[in-house]
Amino acid sequence: MSLIGNLFCSTVGRKFLMAVSGLILVGFVIGHLVGNLQIFSHPDKINGYAQFLHSLGPLLWVTRIGLLIAAVIHIWAAIALTRTNAQARGTQHYGVNRWIRAPFASRYMRLTGFVVLAFLAYHLAQFTLGYASSSTFKGHLPEYTMASDFHIFGFPAVEKGHAVDDVYSMVFYGFQNPVISFFYILAVGLLTIHLLHGFQSVFHSFGWYSASWAPALRAVTIIFCIGFFFGNASMPAAILSGWLKPAQGTNVAAQPRTALNQAP
Amino acid sequence: MAKLDSRIPPGPLAEKWRRHKAEIKLVNPANKRKYEVIVVGAGLAGSSAAATLGELGYKVRCFVFHDSPRRAHSIAAQGGINAAKNYQNDGDSVYRLFYDTVKGGDYRSREANVHRLAEVSVNIIDQCAAQGVPFAREYGGLLANRSFGGAQVSRTFYARGQTGQQLLLGAYSALSRTVGQGLVQLHTQEEMCDLVVIGGQAKGIITRNLVTGKISRWAADAVILATGGYGNVFNLSTYARGSNATAIWRAYKRGACFANPCYTQIHPTCIPVSGDYQSKLTLMSESLRNDGRIWVPKRKEDCKKDPATIAEEDRDYYLERIYPSFGNLAPRDISSRAAKRVCDEGRGVGESGLGVYLDFSDAIKRLGEDTVRERYGNLFDIYHEITNENAYRTPMRIYPAVHYTMGGLWVDYNLMSNLPGLFVLGEANFSDHGANRLGASALMQGLADGYFVIPYTIGDYLASQKPGSRPSTDAPEFKQAEDSVTSIISRLLGAKGTHPVSHFHKRLGHIMWHYCGMARTREGLETALKEIPKLREEFWATVKVPGSADTLNQSLEVAGRVADFLELGELMCRDALTREESCGCHFREEYQHPDGECKRDDANFAHVAAWEYQGAGAEPLRNVEPLVYEAIKMSVRNYK
Amino acid sequence: MAAGVSKNNISVTLRVWRQAGPGKPGGFVDYPAKNVNSNMSILELLDVVNDELTLKGDEPIAFAHDCREGICGTCSLMIDGKPHGPNQGVASCQTYMRSFEDGAVIVIEPFRAAPFPIVKDLVSDRSAFDRIQQAGGFITVRTGAAPDANSIPVPKADAELAMDAAACIGCGACVAACKNRSAVLFVAAKVSHLGLMPQGQPERDSRVLAMVNTADELGFGSCTNQGECSAACPKMISHDFIVRLNRDYLAASFRSAFCAHAAGGHAE
Repeated sequence: MSLIGNLFCSTVGRKFLMAVSGLILVGFVIGHLVGNLQIFSHPDKINGYAQFLHSLGPLLWVTRIGLLIAAVIHIWAAIALTRTNAQARGTQHYGVNRWIRAPFASRYMRLTGFVVLAFLAYHLAQFTLGYASSSTFKGHLPEYTMASDFHIFGFPAVEKGHAVDDVYSMVFYGFQNPVISFFYILAVGLLTIHLLHGFQSVFHSFGWYSASWAPALRAVTIIFCIGFFFGNASMPAAILSGWLKPAQGTNVAAQPRTALNQAP
Repeated sequence: MAKLDSRIPPGPLAEKWRRHKAEIKLVNPANKRKYEVIVVGAGLAGSSAAATLGELGYKVRCFVFHDSPRRAHSIAAQGGINAAKNYQNDGDSVYRLFYDTVKGGDYRSREANVHRLAEVSVNIIDQCAAQGVPFAREYGGLLANRSFGGAQVSRTFYARGQTGQQLLLGAYSALSRTVGQGLVQLHTQEEMCDLVVIGGQAKGIITRNLVTGKISRWAADAVILATGGYGNVFNLSTYARGSNATAIWRAYKRGACFANPCYTQIHPTCIPVSGDYQSKLTLMSESLRNDGRIWVPKRKEDCKKDPATIAEEDRDYYLERIYPSFGNLAPRDISSRAAKRVCDEGRGVGESGLGVYLDFSDAIKRLGEDTVRERYGNLFDIYHEITNENAYRTPMRIYPAVHYTMGGLWVDYNLMSNLPGLFVLGEANFSDHGANRLGASALMQGLADGYFVIPYTIGDYLASQKPGSRPSTDAPEFKQAEDSVTSIISRLLGAKGTHPVSHFHKRLGHIMWHYCGMARTREGLETALKEIPKLREEFWATVKVPGSADTLNQSLEVAGRVADFLELGELMCRDALTREESCGCHFREEYQHPDGECKRDDANFAHVAAWEYQGAGAEPLRNVEPLVYEAIKMSVRNYK
Repeated sequence: MAAGVSKNNISVTLRVWRQAGPGKPGGFVDYPAKNVNSNMSILELLDVVNDELTLKGDEPIAFAHDCREGICGTCSLMIDGKPHGPNQGVASCQTYMRSFEDGAVIVIEPFRAAPFPIVKDLVSDRSAFDRIQQAGGFITVRTGAAPDANSIPVPKADAELAMDAAACIGCGACVAACKNRSAVLFVAAKVSHLGLMPQGQPERDSRVLAMVNTADELGFGSCTNQGECSAACPKMISHDFIVRLNRDYLAASFRSAFCAHAAGGHAE
């Protein structure tokens, strides 16, 4: 078989593709988290950052398409392997089913994957496309005026006084809804569990793993997962609890009690 | 009367094999594919033979009753494999290995065969290392050796405690390769039930598929049996439960001579029987006797007591008492027989009363528990796993058990039996170990026969057969053999009896163990020769074999094998009775030196006894092949 | 306690899968076993139960077994949902009745997987493993053509690691325990054993490609890195060999695509 054949048709190859695509998606969620944590800073940061991303134009689309392909491969590999595995199990099942030592997270990869996928669809609808909670979608809110210059890695990206989408308020409004916040935290929790097994599994599937540094990898995985969960959960938690107050100059500071379900 | 021509080549001993190889007939490469060879069994000898013959271009069919060739019982050998490599620079040579093997066999093996075995031993190690067998290595990456009983040099190659497994997997990988290439046709779960002899030559076999029950006829230009030993005659042994004598026994009934059936090796340190349900005896390394002290209570009444409560003066350290110079390290056969004697006196320990203590308390006092753990930890663990007893606290119990049969079908120098076209390899033949086998020699012989002997010698026979002259399976001899197989099966299934097969196997085992085991007497053997036919009659009258013949029926499989054991057991006793001497593992109490050593009778018994079947109910004929020693002077075996 | 004279008998119920033949319907049947000596192995208990069934005129339970010392890999019982029973590092034949409580109901099933079809009762057909071996589980060496055994030194550490992998007895517990019925631990053990030896290098790429692809064709599932296989393995073969297999497979795939003549031999 050819290389493509080996990668796409063999179980080992498919696990490799799943690992590669999973790693790309992990890279994305890390970047996403870092970007979003700017909500704890001045609104210029997150709004300027969002404006910067939009200004990338074709590059943004390349990235988006790349991520989409990674997600499609990840999901395709999961479905293909699941079908192979179901066939391998055959039609007669054990009378007694039990686990010997499979780690907790590994037992629910499909379940956590499904919920994360559903959440992702909602998340995109809410914050990227504006189909859900459209009254507070960034496109429907009055624009935000930058209070200072926004730099990214030291390079000027957005100038002071520029009017940009008020992403800050959109997020703030979104997380003021306890249902949305709860679902968000739950989904992030499940994604963390998914990563708890997935992140280590990547190393197995790449064939890059050694008993000598396995404990270190385990520790890094756990620290990463804890950081990932609390980083993501901190935003809805801070907003919902009222610990994080809306910043001056944003829509949400001017109109804190906007009815979320009101039509635009 | 069978013609036993050993066909030992002329010339000096060390030249025989080389000269023979140069002189025997060859089959032209283009003709090889016209010959079909059947190999029965896929242990070390069978797989190595099938793979090599396939590689040479013969059409090979390999039959195994297991579900995979890798299950053969060669896999259970632990210790190692001997080879005269002299990698240790300790003075080893082909001659020394040859000499040690002949002496170890108590001068009852065929000199020329043993010398050839020693010669090819070096090639075996090369072959196995090239196959990737993970032998133990020294730090420099070269092969490690250890020493083994009966030798003063370190010539044993090993792979942890799994040498047999690793060598078998090597041969199995070679077999798998040839099967994958289509050079060998593998038939698993297909048991050989009869040999087909046409015009006095072996020309095919009858098999039963163990899953579907289908009986099939297979014609061939030559048949190779590599079906292992027959120690399961004793029911309890270190053999696998499936090990059986059916293939060689039915070949015997078709005219192949059975040589030295009474030579059975008994290993002194096995875990004893713990109850009537027991199916298997497990071997423990003999090295335990280096530090353990063997004893039984002096009084019968103490046997069921906690050993810790038996006072020192009430213990009988019988080996130390009877053999003060050797003590607990007395040779295998002597210590086995001594254990049997004290148990027969009623002083055996354990539930069954068939066991003696192997006590490490003195060693622990002297050396400390850590040292003992270091030396024997894994053995203590095995013991604990099986018996649930902690041998650091309470003495181990051990008892001898059957673990190898030196006898087997008679073969000439070419490993061909007296039936032309029938070749017999490995433990199934009789040729190399005489009356006693040295440790680490069984693996050597299996692979020597399969890799380095049969590929040459089979050509000598096949070259005499016209290509394509193989008979059709429609020949009347095939039909007759098939009918005989089906009649045995229907007789077994038809007997609507009252006892399961295991009942008869256990009883046969008892008879054999008592009368044809470690120590034999004329009286005992005569008793056995009366009891076995009675038991056999009872078997056919009252055995109960459930199920049908057209599906997987394990009871039927076992019944057929036990039926054969019931006949073979009798032949073993007959052989033991007529061999009026003691040699190696054959110990007749009437013939011993004052110190309990074997008293050979070279004037009358320096020969192979090859038994020839004379029909049901008739006494078999005892043919004799004299053993002529050209290079070695026979002497009293002495390890003192 | 006196050695060997302990009488610790228990009573258990064996709940055994009975199936008349391949593709036939099957079900559990209970067999009460009273007064069982706890030093008996579970296979010996099946022997006893079978003798009783025989005398009653019922068909005995078919189960695979041979050496009864944990090395031949024939025995293959799924006991209470774990291959070979509750203890680690043993085969079914080394599972003794003292591992069970008095009064226990012990569920005994065959190893189940689509590539291991059930032959009868507790016996499944594991010949798929032979097929994987035939595809590439060997080093090609013509009999008699081998160089002197000491002409190729093998570093001790490699030889030891190869031996760890080679300890596999081919019982199929790894497949039975894996929820995906993956044979990858079996394949990994073989590939690692031969791939660690210098003698195994010439066919290293073709071997791993052929063995993995054959296992896939035979219908085994994929690895999910859960480690159930190693936990069930009677020889406790390490899961790390699977990592080695993945690496070898991927490297061989890339090499075969980008280096000429990289994967010759038997890959086809």
